[in-house]
Amino acid sequence: MCLAVPGRVVEIVDGGDIAFRVGKVDFGGIRKEISLAYTPEAEVGKYVLVHVGFAISVIDEAEAQRVFQYLEEMGGLKEELGEIPQ
Amino acid sequence: MKFLSEYRDPKAAEQLAQAIRGKVTHTWTIMEICGGQTHTIVKSGLEDLLPREITLVHGPGCPVCVTPIDLIDKAVAIAQRPEVIFCSFGDMLRVPGSSKSLFDVKAEGGDVRIVYSPLDALKLAKTNPQRQVVFFAVGFETTAPANAMSAWQADHEGIENFSLLVSHVLVPPAMEALLSSNNCVVQGFLAAGHVCTIMGFEEYFPIAARYEVPIVITGFEPLDILEGILMTVTQLEERRHEVENQYARAVRREGNRPAQNTIAEVFEVTPRQWRGLGEIPASGFQLRGRFQKYDANRRYPSSGEPARESPECISGLILQGIKKPHECPAFAVKCTPENPLGAPMVSSEGACAAYYHYGRRQNHELVQPELPSPASR
Amino acid sequence: MADGKITNSFNLSCPVPRVADDRIVLAHGGGGKLTHQLIEKIFIPAFSNSMLEQRHDGAVVSVNGSRLAFTTDSFVVRPLIFPGGNIGDLAVNGTVNDLAMCGARPLYLSSGFILEEGLEIEILRKVVASMQQAAANANVKLVTGDTKVVDKGKGDGIFVNTSGIGVIDGNVKSTIGPQSVQPGDVVIVSGDIGRHGIAILSVREGLEFESPILSDTANVWPAVEALLNAGIDIHCLRDLTRGGLATTLNEIAADRDVCIKLEETAMPVDEVVQGACEILGLDPLYVANEGRFAAIVPAAQADAALDVLKKVAVSGGAVRVGKVEPSPGRMVLLQSRIGGCRVVDMLSGEQLPRIC
Repeated sequence: MCLAVPGRVVEIVDGGDIAFRVGKVDFGGIRKEISLAYTPEAEVGKYVLVHVGFAISVIDEAEAQRVFQYLEEMGGLKEELGEIPQ
Repeated sequence: MKFLSEYRDPKAAEQLAQAIRGKVTHTWTIMEICGGQTHTIVKSGLEDLLPREITLVHGPGCPVCVTPIDLIDKAVAIAQRPEVIFCSFGDMLRVPGSSKSLFDVKAEGGDVRIVYSPLDALKLAKTNPQRQVVFFAVGFETTAPANAMSAWQADHEGIENFSLLVSHVLVPPAMEALLSSNNCVVQGFLAAGHVCTIMGFEEYFPIAARYEVPIVITGFEPLDILEGILMTVTQLEERRHEVENQYARAVRREGNRPAQNTIAEVFEVTPRQWRGLGEIPASGFQLRGRFQKYDANRRYPSSGEPARESPECISGLILQGIKKPHECPAFAVKCTPENPLGAPMVSSEGACAAYYHYGRRQNHELVQPELPSPASR
Repeated sequence: MADGKITNSFNLSCPVPRVADDRIVLAHGGGGKLTHQLIEKIFIPAFSNSMLEQRHDGAVVSVNGSRLAFTTDSFVVRPLIFPGGNIGDLAVNGTVNDLAMCGARPLYLSSGFILEEGLEIEILRKVVASMQQAAANANVKLVTGDTKVVDKGKGDGIFVNTSGIGVIDGNVKSTIGPQSVQPGDVVIVSGDIGRHGIAILSVREGLEFESPILSDTANVWPAVEALLNAGIDIHCLRDLTRGGLATTLNEIAADRDVCIKLEETAMPVDEVVQGACEILGLDPLYVANEGRFAAIVPAAQADAALDVLKKVAVSGGAVRVGKVEPSPGRMVLLQSRIGGCRVVDMLSGEQLPRIC
């Protein structure tokens, strides 16, 4: 539930207490100030998932690739074996 | 946009769809929990790519839809007070209460404002010390950390003209309630990816084991949902019932610990009314301890007027996935987004609204049969 | 009613139907369904005549052998000044464009101002300067006007109404309007969509852009003139304003009882506008535009029309986005990027940003 959109951290503004830590996050050319209170490991250059003004997760870039690797393998397999029977 | 656009790639979608078609030997009914997933499915016409053996049913994953009517009435009553600035997410504004919605209150001159984040509401409280700012804290577990932080910061900074009207609902208890029902048709679940980003997915293991259903934590883009369906179907065909994580780029098994800690500090678990489903034990949050002073429910006593519901809306059956929106006799006839009979028609995440706006479908075909059949099978 | 009770006695419950039909809500001005309901239930019955019932952007009237187009539009945008323009630009370009949509050369405008007490004169000066510039650019003259002032709190600074007259040149043969649309026609959009709405929202929502999104407010007559001069058999023109492309095409599909089928992959949306829509939870198909129009032409002329449009600055980004089919009638459909099909409904209420 929940519209959460991935964006890249471009700047971090330290609020002192982690609860007030805020960053500038870039969403394909738009920048918004986002609370980083829940992603202490977020750094400039990393991608975070943002929901209602809060970063809720740092995106694991290796995992993000996984489905495309799987599809590539599948595609390669198809070439070897011919069409997968339906 | 990175980590978004790639998951809408048509070739990859067709590949996954083909893989699904290659797997099925049986009919299967799969439920996606989250309204955001429903939205993607209907908006991208994803069902057109699936083999007919797969039926998708839409679950109660729309916190707007399941907010009890007496809470809407309470919100309306509070918003009508002249000293109050009532803040809410956009979705809640059109949900009908017993006699009116927050939108009606706004039309009549009430100070009702849409905010993007609960911290925006807190900011309003700081810049308007002579007014009372009330924030409608609706959502699943995904939104709880944000709402909790607004209460936490308010307490930290000693802000008193701020309160939360809390309507948080929790997903695993709802899943259990659905699964324990005699009418349950669901054989596999696509669990709500963003909820699990916060809470992790430990809670799903006992559910998968007890009810012998596969549960796949799934994301929100078309490729995520297709992959989630593929993983679920694979388990079903292999007679497995495990918990798997499709959305691993965002979800870890233990979830987001700092968020969970703040939730635990600010909220406690309570039984909760789900509109259309009734009371589910241990399925909601309320403010606890020193944060109870921010509970708008306490600050503003109820008028005592009973909430009035009518029997025509079948949202309960819709939310359980037993009926599809177009199977409701009122759908698109008496019940439309302009004149909704129930919350699922109003909320942009609601199944009825999704069906109304994006496709009035029956058995994989649009209701008008002259439409040429879309993607090749 | 079917028994859908969950075992531990969940009660199925539903709300009472809403009956608040007795007041105007903001959505009545949104350009979508409620606006249309208002027009159908209140305005057309009261003023009925054959020209009004065309329900087109402007009325085409005959006076002493000349065909004139006559239109009016009111502008209530907030904020008054936004990236790419101000209410003055909209006021001139909006009415000029409505005339252009009738195939008429815009000639003369009137302008009525409703000013709020307390408005800074400097803002008015700026708005009027923009209007003068936009008018000069469009070769139209502002020939008459009116000014009223209302109490502080009773207006958003400035409300403007502009009305306009244009002439339909002799060589423009058939009537350009929804009634000329045929199954088989191609739907063209003159450029990328969603800019104006996002430019406005960026101010309201405090969005920051690496390079700002500017409103696309512009006079589109040069593009229409080019099509007319090239002899393109234009069936219909409609500018995309409030309610976005989706609403415009739904109006045409409903008027002519046809189906308009769109391709999502063909839809022109700037990357940054798309990003803004993602984070605000908006659909670009429903976001307002101010310098864009849809042109519906016979399939055989589509390539020629695109060639002509691309050579004119204001329609440099013209692309084919879909086609007209005989059925299912009164519907707009979209073939999604991943190959599924969905209905593109008319805007219902205001497009509230999704959060959840």
